[in-house]
Amino acid sequence: MVSLSIFFQVLIVVCAVAAVFTHDLLAAVAIFGAFSFFSAIYFAILGALDVAFTEAAVGAVITTVFFVTAIFRTARRTKR
Amino acid sequence: MRTPFGSAVLDAACRLLVPFVLIFAVYVIAHGHDSPGGGFQGGTILAAAVILIRLVHGQDAIWGLTRVGALRLACGGVAVFAGIGFLSLLFAGNYLDYGVLPLPLETVKVRVMGTLGIEIGVAMAVTGVLVLIFDALTAWGEED
Repeated sequence: MVSLSIFFQVLIVVCAVAAVFTHDLLAAVAIFGAFSFFSAIYFAILGALDVAFTEAAVGAVITTVFFVTAIFRTARRTKR
Repeated sequence: MRTPFGSAVLDAACRLLVPFVLIFAVYVIAHGHDSPGGGFQGGTILAAAVILIRLVHGQDAIWGLTRVGALRLACGGVAVFAGIGFLSLLFAGNYLDYGVLPLPLETVKVRVMGTLGIEIGVAMAVTGVLVLIFDALTAWGEED
């Protein structure tokens, strides 16, 4: 169980860093959704099922949809 | 979305998926005090179903919830929450003290019913506000 939680901690950190340093905003939003799913699984491992449910519903679905619709109104790539 | 980007496949998938999503949302709201879930999560799932319909069918072929309807739903949810709170204040209890409500049940059951009413109010408010945020994000300059 400890190795599993360390595995998801590493995945969460990798997803966060990758979402910050990606220049394609749509890819950054997709990586952020993956971050939300991994943190939801990590919350479920820790025993906080209610928080995990909220994270999966809000962070992974609603936030991703809102970010994608916001990207439709702006440019897709950041300036270098 | 003013212009839909649905095809036949997306349309069929949406029609298959949406009833189960709605049933699951109602289950999460109604069973929230015995299992993980509650008003906020159920309202989010309801809003996800409505947003899925909007993504596939567009705002002109609207199905279920208009923008004014979403606003009314959000305000109605706040009214349900505050109304139950002030109702318990009216029957000589504290704010949101459901135990004093005059229902013909035991005190424990009355508390469960009060919690259910609060969660329905929260779910209505969350659904309306999330759908309104989506509509505000996708309104391309034109206002009605």
